[in-house]
Amino acid sequence: MANLKTTENKTKSQSMGMHSEVLTGRTQQKFFNPDEGENLYYFGTYDVDFNKRTELDVKEMTAADANKEIDNLMSQGFGTIVIKNPQGKHSLGVGILNKLNLIFEGSLGYFGMGSCDGPTVRINGRVGWSCAENLMAGKVVIEKNAGSCFGAAIRGGDLICKGSVGARTGIDMKGGTIIVGGDAGAFTGFMMQRGRIIILGDVGINLGDSMYDGTIFIGGKIGSFGSDAIPADLTDTDQDWLKRKLKVAEIGEKFDVSKMTKIVAGKKLWNYDNLEPHEKKGAI
Amino acid sequence: MCGIAGLIHRGKSSNVGSELQGMLQALKHRGEDSTGYALYGDTDGKNFIMRFKVGENVGEGSSSIMEDVSVYDARKKIVDQYLSELGAKIVKEERVLPYSLRYELAYDAKDLLEFSQKIESIPGVEILSMGKSLEVIKDLGNAQMVCDRYSLDKVVGTHAIGHARMATESGVDIKSAHPFWGYPFSDVSVVHNGQLTNYWNNRRLLENKGMRFMSECDSELIAVYIAQKMREGASLEEGMKASLTGLDGVFTYFVATKDSLGMAKDTMAAKPLVLYESDDLVAMGSEEIAIRSVLPQEIDTYDPYDGEVKVWQI
Repeated sequence: MANLKTTENKTKSQSMGMHSEVLTGRTQQKFFNPDEGENLYYFGTYDVDFNKRTELDVKEMTAADANKEIDNLMSQGFGTIVIKNPQGKHSLGVGILNKLNLIFEGSLGYFGMGSCDGPTVRINGRVGWSCAENLMAGKVVIEKNAGSCFGAAIRGGDLICKGSVGARTGIDMKGGTIIVGGDAGAFTGFMMQRGRIIILGDVGINLGDSMYDGTIFIGGKIGSFGSDAIPADLTDTDQDWLKRKLKVAEIGEKFDVSKMTKIVAGKKLWNYDNLEPHEKKGAI
Repeated sequence: MCGIAGLIHRGKSSNVGSELQGMLQALKHRGEDSTGYALYGDTDGKNFIMRFKVGENVGEGSSSIMEDVSVYDARKKIVDQYLSELGAKIVKEERVLPYSLRYELAYDAKDLLEFSQKIESIPGVEILSMGKSLEVIKDLGNAQMVCDRYSLDKVVGTHAIGHARMATESGVDIKSAHPFWGYPFSDVSVVHNGQLTNYWNNRRLLENKGMRFMSECDSELIAVYIAQKMREGASLEEGMKASLTGLDGVFTYFVATKDSLGMAKDTMAAKPLVLYESDDLVAMGSEEIAIRSVLPQEIDTYDPYDGEVKVWQI
């Protein structure tokens, strides 16, 4: 297996304000010893065919029943599932530990797509608070706005909102990337520990408050910096990465990344970064 | 946790009683100790409508002490006598429940302070609302139960706000339930989701200025705070903006007047609010599912930001 923890990559990530990128869900397999391969198996996952497509109308279903039915469809090999009439229901699509192409034709309530590891999700609507909380890997794209605590505590994957998001975006995040096409509210990146946040619009007060690590890129105005957040130099490497990421995210491809503001943590926690990768996993 | 919801139709009336019932029922998981409605109905605007209680609901879950119905009757008699002394004529009288009454009053007064002080000097009597359009109806139970008990599903009007309460800091009773009337202002009501941490400091200050508190519910402070600002000459919006710094804690609240509806969110944006806005309707609630009960089709909604104040007119 490829080992990304080469000297070159490590140096590159450090120049971007990141010290490593190893705390990301299933993607950690890149760092695992092949002898521990069995640890990568998730009980209850399925072999699915992305060309096998079905629709599920959840209008009259509870969130629990809808989630069970998604699981049932995956067990039948459906790799593309279109959810009709989500109508703002809470906790839809949670706990999917599978490769899956999931499309919501409408808006989700709170805690949508929480604790997922692997699916590619498109939400043709809006999401409420705490969307994709604890996301481990995969990609979640929201076509409209998102509520507060967007991407709380995510560990990996890409979380993309094409509209604006509420307060505390990326709170406590431990990896992965959050990309927002519009504005973000107060306390963006609050207590973040790893990962990257890209906001193309304006952000509210207390940006990056109490952040331990990670990097935030802001395209618009900043309400104010929070405690421990400081501006840093935007390097060529940063700009290359930003361009690539925005292109992949289908958002702001023509955005002038050279004018973005980069924010990193201004403090270093005692002994926080002296741990070996496997020790960090245990600590978190 | 509590749930709040509100809506305002611009340029037309609608069945706001039924609409708000649906919105609040969708939020019942946020609390069903009590539910309250502030409905701005279509009236001719001539008479005052006074909703008041002469006792508490002592049903299951209530923290109130049971009283004999004869006590309610005695209180009602004194209310009637005081109304007569104040020069208010009872045009229509409804005793919806033994402890809950609705009067239509022919009364010519600009400042309702003296009026309210006299009526509420009767122990056990509280004016829930006073106005020419506003009616506050609140009681124990979820939105459906309160709606059924008071037959609210037929109420037609322009706007409404409501509250589904999980009691945390004060009792399970009607006096602690929302909405709160913006005493002593005609047609002003408030609902709140959150917690105010400088309640007692503000309460002492406001009581020294002659304002009244009927409960120990921190949310009541918002109504009194804004009412005091308006007494000092501020507009509704100015009063709401002042509250962002004058009130400490986490909050999202709605204020409604005879012809407007406003929302305010604290500077930490700690309490949820989802908002839908179009040319003819504004609907908002603690969760999107509340809005979905009146707008099931796909709509664009958003979360207002920290420290945001918005006011809409009918």
